[in-house]
Amino acid sequence: MAAPIEVSGSDTEAHPEAVLSGVDRKKIQGRSLGQIAWMRLKRDKIALTGAVVVILLILIAIFGPYFVQNPLTYHQNLIDPTYNRPKYGFWHSGISMDHPLGVEPGTGRDMLARIVHGARISLLVSFLATLMSVVIGTVAGVIAGYFGGWVDYIISRAMDAFLAFPLLLFAIALVGVVADGAFGMTGNGLRVSVLVIVIGFFNWPYIGRIIRGQTLSLREREFVDAARSMGASNSYVLFKEILPNLVAPILVYATLLIPVNILFEAALSFLGVGVIPPTPSWGGMLTLAVPIYSSDPMFMIIPGMAIFITVLAFNLFGDGLRDALDPRAK
Amino acid sequence: MSTSKTPAEKVSVDKAPAGEPRPIREGENLLEVENLGKHFPVTAGLLRRQVAAVKAVDGVSFSVRKGETLGLVGESGCGKSTTGRMIMRLLDPSFGKITFEGQDITKMSQRRLRPLRRDLQMIFQDPYSSLNPRKTVGAIVGAPFRLQNLEAEQGVKKAVQEILELVGLNPEHYNRYPHEFSGGQRQRIGIARTLALKPKLIIADEPVSALDVSVQAQVVNLLEDLQDELDLTYVVIAHDLSVVRHISDRVAVMYLGKIVELADRTDLYERPMHPYTNALLSAVPIPDPAQRGERKRIRLQGDVPSPLDPPPACRFHTRCWKAQDICKQVEPPLVELSPGHQAACHFPENTTVSATDAVAKAAVAPGAAAAGDAGSASAADSAE
Repeated sequence: MAAPIEVSGSDTEAHPEAVLSGVDRKKIQGRSLGQIAWMRLKRDKIALTGAVVVILLILIAIFGPYFVQNPLTYHQNLIDPTYNRPKYGFWHSGISMDHPLGVEPGTGRDMLARIVHGARISLLVSFLATLMSVVIGTVAGVIAGYFGGWVDYIISRAMDAFLAFPLLLFAIALVGVVADGAFGMTGNGLRVSVLVIVIGFFNWPYIGRIIRGQTLSLREREFVDAARSMGASNSYVLFKEILPNLVAPILVYATLLIPVNILFEAALSFLGVGVIPPTPSWGGMLTLAVPIYSSDPMFMIIPGMAIFITVLAFNLFGDGLRDALDPRAK
Repeated sequence: MSTSKTPAEKVSVDKAPAGEPRPIREGENLLEVENLGKHFPVTAGLLRRQVAAVKAVDGVSFSVRKGETLGLVGESGCGKSTTGRMIMRLLDPSFGKITFEGQDITKMSQRRLRPLRRDLQMIFQDPYSSLNPRKTVGAIVGAPFRLQNLEAEQGVKKAVQEILELVGLNPEHYNRYPHEFSGGQRQRIGIARTLALKPKLIIADEPVSALDVSVQAQVVNLLEDLQDELDLTYVVIAHDLSVVRHISDRVAVMYLGKIVELADRTDLYERPMHPYTNALLSAVPIPDPAQRGERKRIRLQGDVPSPLDPPPACRFHTRCWKAQDICKQVEPPLVELSPGHQAACHFPENTTVSATDAVAKAAVAPGAAAAGDAGSASAADSAE
């Protein structure tokens, strides 16, 4: 098939290229869907703001602890012993040049340091848990959707069972049951692992269902038949044809699952089954703030705002990502 | 793909039960289909008991000679696409036999089928769904090389660009993505992919029905030019009778999972024997308004019966204006009524009866009275 043949009627379609032929033809390069999504994302100012905040938060979580004070150092001299709250700052928050977010009532520990260290725990747990959910959910969803039949039936019923599971109660019970030193881990290492596994392992059905649905529809597309008709195996169809089309939903739902997991981690810490004090966590700080919020409201507002801003930023970014990756899904 | 490392020749010879592949000369049968059928089970309940079967294809037989184009026409749901997919072994046949190049491929495992797929390719209906949106044109058209572990002499990229040029696309578009192309261009990409391995037989499943009419002509002409150039054999599945007339050498008409008529193109279009074929042909729109009054449509009464429970004996008797008692009791076999012209009908319009004459008879039949009723024009509509 060396010589190109004359194709009648192809002139109309070839026309734009004829115009372009004078231009540098080497430059003709397709834009991938990822590049187009990035262009759309760049125009979405709200999502971009969310993305900037998310990146800042990640940087703070990674590097912040090296720049702030020791979160465990007591500054009792700043505390008014009568009311057990900071002496200075508006609303008795203890805000000053040395302590930009104030100090903790009772102990006088630096709030900025505690928030920054709390961000590390919060993001670490939620990222790892999300990663776990995404991996399990994607694998289970793709297998269920692609192979169908009884495989699908078993996996789908498993998802139903997991979704019906009383996760919060289970987490509280599990933390009490797992003895210190189990699995060769102690203290906070163990707590973080348990949190990650509980949150990650029980959240996979959400993403699993989405991936299953997407796989079901992709499986029926003709490009799958086309690959088959060229002799493609199941693994080729799964990994080379279907999975690339699932990257967008996986990314979007992972981004939207992170804030859910941040909230869940905060809730567990609030209930006292998060990381072990004195290691700071946002949920744990809220627990401490409850009895004295009327005399030192900033102590509750600051960790609350940290959770609020983080969750909002991830959600805005996730929504923007979804709009950019799939404009039809509005 | 690890398994395709084995050379193709070795795999296909490997304990082939039904004959070796043999070279097929021009005019010999490249593909033979005997009594092929596909019944989709309908299951119910927790235990997935089979309660019924959709008889999508219920025993079709035909052969395709090397170098010719066989058209497969019929209404939506008559089983023509299912037939094509079974030949490609994208669906496993329920019964019957498919012989390609003298080799029985009906029950062949997908692994042993893989080297054969080089010679047997398919063009898909929907150019928007048949190209993976995440892959570049180069990756799509180059995929057959990768899947078959073939090295082109000048490299895959060069080979792909040559094929792109062959189907009238700009080879510079190698790095573009499918969404950057129009429907007609996308279908050309699909055709390029089909041609990549220089197949012998191409099953074209509604190759132009998703395209704009002006683009349809381009693609049909492209298919014809490629046939001359590359010595291809086509099975063209379509519901557009004009397209089929343009491209086919022989035409098979399907109704409810069976072939009702099979003849040379001119024979079929000028002397249709089966009443269903007559009805279909009468529904083809006439482009010239001056001639429109001269031919009247045969309007079939009612809908196509459900393939879950097809009518006994002749499947067309529920809608046929010529039906008599024998049509409900004895199934008419598909027999050659004149040289090269097969039809399955007890009362064929076998002489030189044209569609125009048939209308005269239809006017007397009770069916014609209900011509204006809703649903009565379904055959005419879906045949457009």
